[in-house]
Amino acid sequence: MKQSIKYVSMILGLIMAGYGFADELNMPVGVTEISRQVYGLHMTIFWVCVVIGAIVFSVMFWSIISHRRSLGYKAATFHESTTLELAWTVIPTLLLVIMAIPATQVLIAMYDTGGEDMTVEVRGYQWKWQYKYLDDDYNQTFSFFSSLSTPKDQIENRSIKGEHYLLEVDNHLRIPANRKVRFLITSEDVIHSWWVPDFAVKRDAVPGMLNELWTIVPETGFYRGQCTELCGKDHGFMPVVVEVMEEAAFDTWYAQEVVAAAVREEAMSKTFSNEELMAEGKQVYTTFCASCHLENGQGIPPVFPSLVGTAMMTGPRDEHLRLVFDGVPGSAMQAFGKQLDAVQLAAVVHYERHSWGNKAGDITQPRDVINLNSGQ
Amino acid sequence: MSEAISAVDHDDHSHGPAKGITRWLFTTNHKDIGTLYLWFSFSMLLIGGVLALIVRAELFQPGLQFVSPDFFNQMTTNHGLIMVFGAIMPAFVGLANWLIPMQVGAPDMALPRMNNLSFWILPFAFGMLIATLFSEAGGLNFGWTFYAPLSTTYAPDSVTFFIFAVHLMGASSIMGSINIIATILNMRAPGMTLMKMPMFVWTWLITAYLLLAVMPVLAGLVTMMLFDIHFGTSFFNAAGGGDPLLFQHIFWFFGHPEVYIMILPAFGIVSHIIPAFARKRLFGYDSMVYAVASIAFLSFIVWAHHMFTVGMPLAGQLFFMYTTMLIAVPTGVKVFNWVSTMWRGSMTFETPMLFSIAFVVLFTIGGFSGLMLAITPADYQYHDTYFVVAHFHYVLVPGSLFSIMAAVYYWFPKWTGKMYSERLGKLHFWFSFVGVNVTFFPQHFSGLAGMPRRIPDYALQFADFNMVSSIGAFIFGFSQILFLFVLIHGIRNGKPAAARAWEGARGLEWTLPSPAPYHSFTHPPKVTDDEAHA
Ligand code: HEM
Ligand SMILES: [Cu+2]
Repeated sequence: MKQSIKYVSMILGLIMAGYGFADELNMPVGVTEISRQVYGLHMTIFWVCVVIGAIVFSVMFWSIISHRRSLGYKAATFHESTTLELAWTVIPTLLLVIMAIPATQVLIAMYDTGGEDMTVEVRGYQWKWQYKYLDDDYNQTFSFFSSLSTPKDQIENRSIKGEHYLLEVDNHLRIPANRKVRFLITSEDVIHSWWVPDFAVKRDAVPGMLNELWTIVPETGFYRGQCTELCGKDHGFMPVVVEVMEEAAFDTWYAQEVVAAAVREEAMSKTFSNEELMAEGKQVYTTFCASCHLENGQGIPPVFPSLVGTAMMTGPRDEHLRLVFDGVPGSAMQAFGKQLDAVQLAAVVHYERHSWGNKAGDITQPRDVINLNSGQ
Repeated sequence: MSEAISAVDHDDHSHGPAKGITRWLFTTNHKDIGTLYLWFSFSMLLIGGVLALIVRAELFQPGLQFVSPDFFNQMTTNHGLIMVFGAIMPAFVGLANWLIPMQVGAPDMALPRMNNLSFWILPFAFGMLIATLFSEAGGLNFGWTFYAPLSTTYAPDSVTFFIFAVHLMGASSIMGSINIIATILNMRAPGMTLMKMPMFVWTWLITAYLLLAVMPVLAGLVTMMLFDIHFGTSFFNAAGGGDPLLFQHIFWFFGHPEVYIMILPAFGIVSHIIPAFARKRLFGYDSMVYAVASIAFLSFIVWAHHMFTVGMPLAGQLFFMYTTMLIAVPTGVKVFNWVSTMWRGSMTFETPMLFSIAFVVLFTIGGFSGLMLAITPADYQYHDTYFVVAHFHYVLVPGSLFSIMAAVYYWFPKWTGKMYSERLGKLHFWFSFVGVNVTFFPQHFSGLAGMPRRIPDYALQFADFNMVSSIGAFIFGFSQILFLFVLIHGIRNGKPAAARAWEGARGLEWTLPSPAPYHSFTHPPKVTDDEAHA
């Protein structure tokens, strides 16, 4: 029994050590007012548990040490006490009522949406996030996808893992400091969950539902989190990265992006060269397609078909476009028409038709994509 | 009544069991069926354990080493399903079969043929479930909670076999619980009033009602999935006007009572073992019964605490936060009563007692983390991280599983007529105890540090916790081989056990010889105050 005392005190010691001395063992305090309050609740309920645990376990271990037959201790015969039963029903209940008060207050504060300075729609996809900046009338000003940028080589242990291994993305979300940012969270396919621990902000992205959240972050910097709802194969590989910027810097960036979006709109009517399409296509393919069909187009049959030398790759171009545009309902093949613009769609289809030995020998332009849909 | 039963038995097989394999295939005997359940559960524990070790091996270091992300998801999914439905639940049903007739003074279960059926369904159900791992369409990969639409629109084709397997398991559980209720309500020896029933019988009576209430809900849920997948309905498909959250509400309406189904019989077991080795009656028997009943009631109105982050209205969040905090009260009452039972007892620390004490301590730690999870704003941070994984493994492994092991050691002499080796039993205990804590304690930390659950690879700051956790998992896993050895060694070489194998053991089963006769009580025993619980 000495041993078990040792272990339990070791465990308790570990908890204390963890909470007292090493931050990495505890929940991060975070950087927002709400996250600090949540941390406060966490520590309060933790210490409530520690105190109750200390009382219960010391009584128990006292008994284990002294009330043993090997010491010749004779068993008492008492076996009930209404007073005690009442006491240990009522006292914990009161404790919990007291605990419920601050918890309720924080929860109400968290639900205080409205009065926001700006709104970002966060949309989950297998396996990336899309961020849409909305104007005051909730029209989209511009949007982009954010997916994991950690190289495969690091994941497959062929090269040294970087500092932000698995917590880095190609395009991160940017928000201004000190402004109330509202997030509208939803999903395009399965359920995901958007979490930034330092903001104490976590909400499920549910298809067909728009969840509301908000935050005000006083400190600039990079904040990292992950998808926290199992969403299929690459659930572990869709991080959330948010940069909080000085307000002025943010406004400049925002204005640039709005212009860039307009320029992009214009590109829809441009004619591209084979090289331009292949370069853009490769980039789109790597971000959007390669997680299932693989970098070399071989896929993972039967679930994720190969794209090498199949009829689709060299057959009628419009069918190929249509498939990428609409996806295959009921499968992991998404309707990319909703995610990519005409330039990207044209480029990626062109790329697929002319890579890994595929030789369709045609060219696909953004206007083909636009025609495809207006012809419908 | 028992005269009639023993007369019928005389015609069939006058003295003891049939010989050979037919004894097991056609048996209607509660002890044989109990044995089948227990060995079945043990084999599922080993299979589920292997899957867990594959998971822990992959998580030993950051990076992908052994398995692909999809296979990883298949491992976590099947591990959860096999452990919950294949290891824990059948073990408790096996214990119920062995013990309830003996504890209420009956010759056998009330519905022996149905008893046979409810066991023999299980190997088929799990055969089918495990076979999906080898299916060409790909194994089940949507987690043991199988949230739609990941488990419907986006599921591998093998999901249909899963649905059928769940139906079979549900049918088995429903039949099992009807049988247990019928036995307890009809076959108690004269004089054993409800408030004199042993705690194990009480907890199982309530558990059986919980099962009856929620297994049909689970069956309905998987049927809705089946319709969504094959018959064009859209219960859970937002694009068709359905609601993915409907799935979660139904699942957890089943799921939360289900977690109590996996712990109430454990409460019963520990309430036998602690008094026996403290040589003192259970403290607060009445309040123990009321606590179990209130837990059972509350377990129906807390389900959405699993869904705090889905985006419920504020009022809903508050309701489920309060009820969840409330359920900790009767849970605490149980712990306080066990400690008071030990207080001023005359304790010895044989293997069953060691497991029971570890149960009280470690289950309480799991209860504490449960209380933390109940605080909704804090749960936003904990939800779907390793903190939750640590919580439910603390209540289920050193909780439910340790209680099952305690029960096996405690009643082993009654079942086999032999004594296991106390030295080996203690060795098994210490390895399990250390293994369990080394595995699951660091998971609190990785969860608080922000590691999501169900991921095959993780950021570098979680590396140390995961390495420790994996080492613990292998210690725990291999110590269960030792368990198997202790059992076989005891059955073969154990010293003969007395009828009352433990000095402090009370209850009707200890008035029977060891091993207990094939048809427990052919004449109803007299229930003396000494053997009854109040
Ligand atoms: C004091 C009593 C308890 C309280 C207050 C409590 C509370 C909670 C809460 C709030 C969650 C949801 C956490 C989240 O997903 O964010 C949870 C999860 C869970 N609890 Fe408990 N719990 C208690 C006891 C138990 C017991 C006795 C068991 C089973 C033996 C159990 C098994 C589970 C399981 C299996 C899950 C997670 C299921 C999953 O998501 O896979 N809990 N608990
Ligand atoms: Cu629950």
